[in-house]
Amino acid sequence: MEDFEPKIIAFLCKWCTYAGADLAGVSRLKFSPNAVPIRVMCSGRVDPSFVLDAFAKGADGVLVGGCHPGDCHYAQGNYKTLRRVKLLKMLLKDMGLEEERLRLEWISASEGNKFREVVNDMVIKIKEIGPSPLKKEESK
Amino acid sequence: MSKANIAFYWAASCGGCEIAVLDINEKILDIIEKANILMWPVAMDTKYEDLKKMKDKSIDVCFFNGAIRTSENEELAHLLRKKSKILVAFGSCAHEGCIPALANLFNKKLIFDRAYQETETTVNKENTLPMTSFDVKEGEIHIPEFYDTVKTLDQVVEVDYYLPGCPPTPNIVEDAFNKFLTGDLPPKGAVLAPVKALCDECPRKKKDKTIETIYRVYEKEADPEKCFLDQGIICMGPATRSGCGHQCIKGNMPCTGCFGKTPEVNDQGAKMISALASVLAVENEIELDEKKVEELISKIKDPVGTFYRYSLASSFIKRKVIK
Repeated sequence: MEDFEPKIIAFLCKWCTYAGADLAGVSRLKFSPNAVPIRVMCSGRVDPSFVLDAFAKGADGVLVGGCHPGDCHYAQGNYKTLRRVKLLKMLLKDMGLEEERLRLEWISASEGNKFREVVNDMVIKIKEIGPSPLKKEESK
Repeated sequence: MSKANIAFYWAASCGGCEIAVLDINEKILDIIEKANILMWPVAMDTKYEDLKKMKDKSIDVCFFNGAIRTSENEELAHLLRKKSKILVAFGSCAHEGCIPALANLFNKKLIFDRAYQETETTVNKENTLPMTSFDVKEGEIHIPEFYDTVKTLDQVVEVDYYLPGCPPTPNIVEDAFNKFLTGDLPPKGAVLAPVKALCDECPRKKKDKTIETIYRVYEKEADPEKCFLDQGIICMGPATRSGCGHQCIKGNMPCTGCFGKTPEVNDQGAKMISALASVLAVENEIELDEKKVEELISKIKDPVGTFYRYSLASSFIKRKVIK
């Protein structure tokens, strides 16, 4: 699996993490191109079915990015996201998928560098655990 | 007017759906007046050979209950599809996989090992396992193949209508019979039950929810007047279709989700996770205490069995990944 390039679906909140990713871009930071960003109004908008759908369609990882606790534009969206992600991780474990494939990070609009580090780190970790087994089943 | 031809069949099911037909009591007599029953394994002896000899599309409506677990189930699904004008997935197993689909947390090997080796009362020194063919004095005998994964009926053949429920309740069954016999049918692919969530018809008193602790059903005697979720007992009502007449709720038991997802929803368990996450002690929270959240959700002992009891086969992930 030398040439394995993970595909990571990144649900990023408009107010913080997406702006942070934007900052990483305009600052010309170099980082792995594996994350496919999808902008949502709030990390609380990320329905668990989006995450499961992404995995079912063969994503190797899913990143959910939201504002730091207390900073949510909608007051409590990210508090609910935390619970959703924890419940989802519990479910993924029962379904035989590695927990590391799903990651929640608080990244503010000024943390372009943190976004870069999170994506790079996630790519390394997913390369270690290998491609999503659901992708393999698909091709069978 | 000539009588309509109807048929029933059971695949991987408990047999409850076949009996559920009789839950409509004496109204079954009205149906027999208007229709011939060509096949009904629980009550009549029809051979597969007879079925094969029928002309294509000679059955007007076939009610197929049970999930697809073996090659026999699959063969009959294809055969009945060919012989029927309308094929109805009757009950939760055919509709969404139901309890048999919880076996998707295992595979054929694990199930066989458990059933034919590991169970405490089993002695199987020669390690005899079911085989698809076997030679005996009289010749070779064949039994159906047991699949790794349980599927819903519509993952195998095209399905025209769905009847939800484990089993479908008498009001739903009666209503469906009337619709088929009068020809007053909704668009193809419809689930023949109301579109709203169970909470909409639930009579319990509900307030703005924040769950501080999660209780399992046996840990707490529920107040029959108050919403289960308000009392910290997980009830699948918010993510489940209504139409069952909230029978479990009336019996002071929370909904476990047998009527399946509501329309526009792709995954019942994901919706319930979403709903539950919104009420897990989130109001007036100032500091985000991850430990407390983890502690709270660790009270859910069986996430798949709680959120996907009836819908695992039709969920996004469908089965456990076993390496």
